[in-house]
Amino acid sequence: MKRLLNTLILLSLPFGVFAGGGVKLQSADFDLSDKSSLQRGAKHFVTYCLGCHSAKHIRYLRIALDFDIEKDKVLKDIAPEGANIYDKMNSAMNAHDAEKWFGIMPPDLSLISRSRGPDWLYSYLKGFYSDSSKPLGVNNVVFPDVGMPNVLWQLQGEQKPVFKKDGDQQVIDKLVTEIPGQLPEKDFDRMINDLVNFLVYVGEPGQLERRSMGKYVLFFIFMIFILAYLLKREYWKDIH
Amino acid sequence: MKTNRWTDCGNWVLDRFPLTKFWNEHMAHYYAPKNFNFWYFFGSLALLVLVNQFVTGILLTMNYKPDAKLAFDSVEYIMREVHWGWLIRYMHSTGASAFFIVIYLHMFRGLLYGSFKQPRELIWIFGMLLFVALMAEAFMGYLLPWGQMSYWGAQVIISLFSAIPVVGEELSLWIRGDYVVSDATLNRFFAFHVIAVPLVLVLLVLLHIIALHEVGSNNPDGIDIKKHKDANGIPLDGIPFHPYYTVKDLVGFAVFMFFFAVVIFYMPELGGFFLEHANFIPADPLKTPEHIAPVWYFTPFYAILRAVPDKFAGVIAMGGSIVVLFLLPWLDRSEVRSIRYRGGIYKKALLLFVISFIGLGYLGTQPATPSATAVARVLTAIYFGFFLLMPIYTRWEKTKPVPDRLTEQPSLEDRIPDLVETFNEVTVKTEGKSGLFSRKLNYQGLSAVSIRFLKRIKGSLD
Repeated sequence: MKRLLNTLILLSLPFGVFAGGGVKLQSADFDLSDKSSLQRGAKHFVTYCLGCHSAKHIRYLRIALDFDIEKDKVLKDIAPEGANIYDKMNSAMNAHDAEKWFGIMPPDLSLISRSRGPDWLYSYLKGFYSDSSKPLGVNNVVFPDVGMPNVLWQLQGEQKPVFKKDGDQQVIDKLVTEIPGQLPEKDFDRMINDLVNFLVYVGEPGQLERRSMGKYVLFFIFMIFILAYLLKREYWKDIH
Repeated sequence: MKTNRWTDCGNWVLDRFPLTKFWNEHMAHYYAPKNFNFWYFFGSLALLVLVNQFVTGILLTMNYKPDAKLAFDSVEYIMREVHWGWLIRYMHSTGASAFFIVIYLHMFRGLLYGSFKQPRELIWIFGMLLFVALMAEAFMGYLLPWGQMSYWGAQVIISLFSAIPVVGEELSLWIRGDYVVSDATLNRFFAFHVIAVPLVLVLLVLLHIIALHEVGSNNPDGIDIKKHKDANGIPLDGIPFHPYYTVKDLVGFAVFMFFFAVVIFYMPELGGFFLEHANFIPADPLKTPEHIAPVWYFTPFYAILRAVPDKFAGVIAMGGSIVVLFLLPWLDRSEVRSIRYRGGIYKKALLLFVISFIGLGYLGTQPATPSATAVARVLTAIYFGFFLLMPIYTRWEKTKPVPDRLTEQPSLEDRIPDLVETFNEVTVKTEGKSGLFSRKLNYQGLSAVSIRFLKRIKGSLD
């Protein structure tokens, strides 16, 4: 028995010993039910991201319906000039130019929140730092050697890394602001959170509806369970 | 007179078609042991999930495009623009994982109560063929969303065939229809996933059930209920499947659907296990993901593949881990079927097997570091040891006397007072709040209960 127990302990080793590695992500603070945050996020997305990145799986109409705002207001405040309400969020940049400028077509961002997760996006957008060895002059803590410039540098300012020793390697401990940007840090964080919020929404526009529907479905199934259980008990009462 | 005319209509059909005979043979006059427990829900649940996959699958096909250029976007079109498309898609994707959960538990039931043993060998063989067909169905279905994991998972698995000497390269080329996974592969996988394999599945389900109803169901005591019959030839411990087990399975359906709906509505990705994060990136033949992992239900076998240093030997081991399951009825030499009357050695072996299976499943999702591979090798040895040493250790084991008739065990309902008492023991009442939330964990009680539980497990292993 003791030997068996020892074996059991040994066998439970694989759970946990291989965890760890990678940069610790900061957690995004977003709320999908906050429609004004989503609206601000959409506006930031169109202003700062849509120039290069599309979100081709969402239409402006869907945004108007889901955010409870007038179609005209979406076209005026959020969509770029000349967009139709039925249009998808397409980027103005074409693949040919993109490859000439960046070496690669910037990815479509419709599903980025589902492949990367909100915390990764938040940390990535805040993770740029000056690195003169890179062609664009910046690098990123969560996406090393990224091919994207820090689009928000005017707002955020410039960050530089503080290193610490980990064994005999130099690793980045944290980033500190070197040159302050136009926005105070608190406002900048809020802006990134709004942007992440919007990207999470775009990843699955139906998710709020899905979650709010869940409780009714579960209640209904629970009622079926009670009926089925009573039926079973009635039928089985003479089986011993 | 109206009713008479309807009855006549019904009789017209019944005179020409053996519907009554069929219904009686498989439902109303099929006598099942009366002591089926929790583990016996999973057979009917597998049928429920199969129906779910058929219905949602047909609906998905109406909007899905099996074309390498359109496939990924068409899935997003279903998720966003098709009415209720997201629900249908999540029901199908969650259903795939649920199918394997249900089937693994169903197979485990077989291991617990010896359901594969004489005279039910053929039922087990049909069941294993179903399992293989289900794996093929799931593997091909997983390519269809055309995400990064779909693509590279298929690439890795198909390239395994190229490890076969002499014909390997030709064979994998023949399967793919191209030198890499491509549009041709997607189209043929679509054809297999929506037509060929489902037909095989339905046929095998019929064979599985017909074979079962020929010899009769096993039960948690693993004894033959047909030995004791009443004057009419009805087993004394048997009850007609309909209505008794139809109404009981309805309860199982409701409980299953509850958990199923929790996943669909609140956690459809289930932390990347049911829908892998990397599969939300469209397939890119030029960009290999840093970590390729199959979906969770294949990971035990994938871990066995990686545990073997040589590629071809690994493929053999992975194939062998399935083949050895087919041989189970002839590997087990024990006199008794049910774990209730087996000796301690089988119980310990089964426990080790379960741990190795879950451990391999976990390791299959992780990158293959040297220490992970070392553990995977040990677990692989245990996996095969469970089966290959079975002829030896099951012959040795000291079995307990088997009763003549079915035994009474407390049912889940009977245990409710005990469960309430345990709940009271592990929690203490706090001031202020009311209802269920007024109680918080009591660590002393919790440790006492866990020690008691471990002692009971330890005691039951002998």
